[in-house]
Amino acid sequence: MSDTNVWLIIAALGVLTYMTRFVFLGLIGDREMPPWLLRHLRFTGVAVLPGLVAPLILWPAATGGEPDAARLIAAGVTLAVGMWRKDVIQAVIAGGATFAVLNGLMG
Amino acid sequence: MRPPSDRTPFRRGVAEGLPFIVIMVPFGALFGVLGVEAGLPLDQVMAFSVLVIAGASQFTAVQLMVDGVPAAIVVLSALAVNLRMVMYSASMAPHLGAAPLWQRGLIAYLLVDQTYALAQTAFDTQPRWSVSDKVAYFAGVALPVFPAWVGATWAGAVLGAQVPDAWQLDFAMPLAFVALVGPMLKSRAHVAAAFVSVVAALSLWWVPWNLGLIAAAVLGMVVGAEVDRRAEAAA
Repeated sequence: MSDTNVWLIIAALGVLTYMTRFVFLGLIGDREMPPWLLRHLRFTGVAVLPGLVAPLILWPAATGGEPDAARLIAAGVTLAVGMWRKDVIQAVIAGGATFAVLNGLMG
Repeated sequence: MRPPSDRTPFRRGVAEGLPFIVIMVPFGALFGVLGVEAGLPLDQVMAFSVLVIAGASQFTAVQLMVDGVPAAIVVLSALAVNLRMVMYSASMAPHLGAAPLWQRGLIAYLLVDQTYALAQTAFDTQPRWSVSDKVAYFAGVALPVFPAWVGATWAGAVLGAQVPDAWQLDFAMPLAFVALVGPMLKSRAHVAAAFVSVVAALSLWWVPWNLGLIAAAVLGMVVGAEVDRRAEAAA
C-alpha cells in the first residue's frame, strides 16, 4: 500500500470517526429530544460496553480464542467489586490482583 | 484526602481519569508496536493515535492494511467499529449540548470509551452539576487519558516490544471495561440492558464489520428502557 494511500486512510478515518462523535453533541446541541429517546440513551453505556468486552473476556486472542479460567474469574471479581464498591479503580485493582495471583498459581 | 463531593468537578475528573493511565499505556504501546511491525513510519503511527483516537478501530485498520484490503474497505470496516461513538455522542448531548460550540467540538474529539463511561457515571450521580461543571469534569478526565494514549503509542513505536508476553497486558483493556460497567449497574433495568448486550453480542459475533455489536447495543438499550418504563409505571 502506497504512502499516499495510508495517509488518505488515516485522514478519512479521522474525519469520519470525528463525525460519529460530533453528530449529536455538535449538531443537536441543547435542542430538546423526545423523552422516549432520552430514556433509551440513558442505557447507552450498559448496552455498549458489556457487549464490546464479553467476547474479549470469553474468547481472548492471547489464548487463540480458548476460554481461560484466570481471565473469567478475574473478570467476575472485577464486576463484583465494581458493583459492590461503585468504584472503577478498586474494581480494576481487585481484578488485576486476582489475575496476577491466578497466573502465578497456574503458571 | 477530602471526600469527592468537596472537590471541584475538574479536580475530581483528573483524579478519576488518572488511574486510567495504567490501562491506556499498554494499549497505546501495543498499537505503536504493531503499527511499526506493519511497516508504517513513525509519523503515520502517531497520526493514527492523534487523529483517530479509537484503539480498536486503529487495530482493525492496520490489520486490514497488512492484509492488502482496498483502502475504502479499510476505512469503512474501521469506521463500523466506531459506530458506537454515535450513541455516546447522543447520550452526552442532554448533559453537554448547551456548552459553547468550541467546547463541544473539543469534547467530541476526546469522546472515547473511557472518558464517556466516567462522564456518564459522574453526570448521573451529580444531577446538580451545571453545564460548565460537567465540561470541567470531562476536561479533567481527558487531561491524563489523552496524553497517556498518544505518549504510549510513541513509546511503543520507538521502543518496540520490550514487555514480556508473560505479563499478559492484553488483558488490561478488557478488565478496565468490566470495571467501568460495574458501577453502572445501578437498577434492574441497567442489569437487564447489560445482560441482553452480552448475550446478543456473543450470539452475533459472526456478523461482519462489527455490526453485531451495534445490534446488541440497540437491543440492550431497548430492553433497558422498557424495563425502566415498566418499573416507573408500577411505582
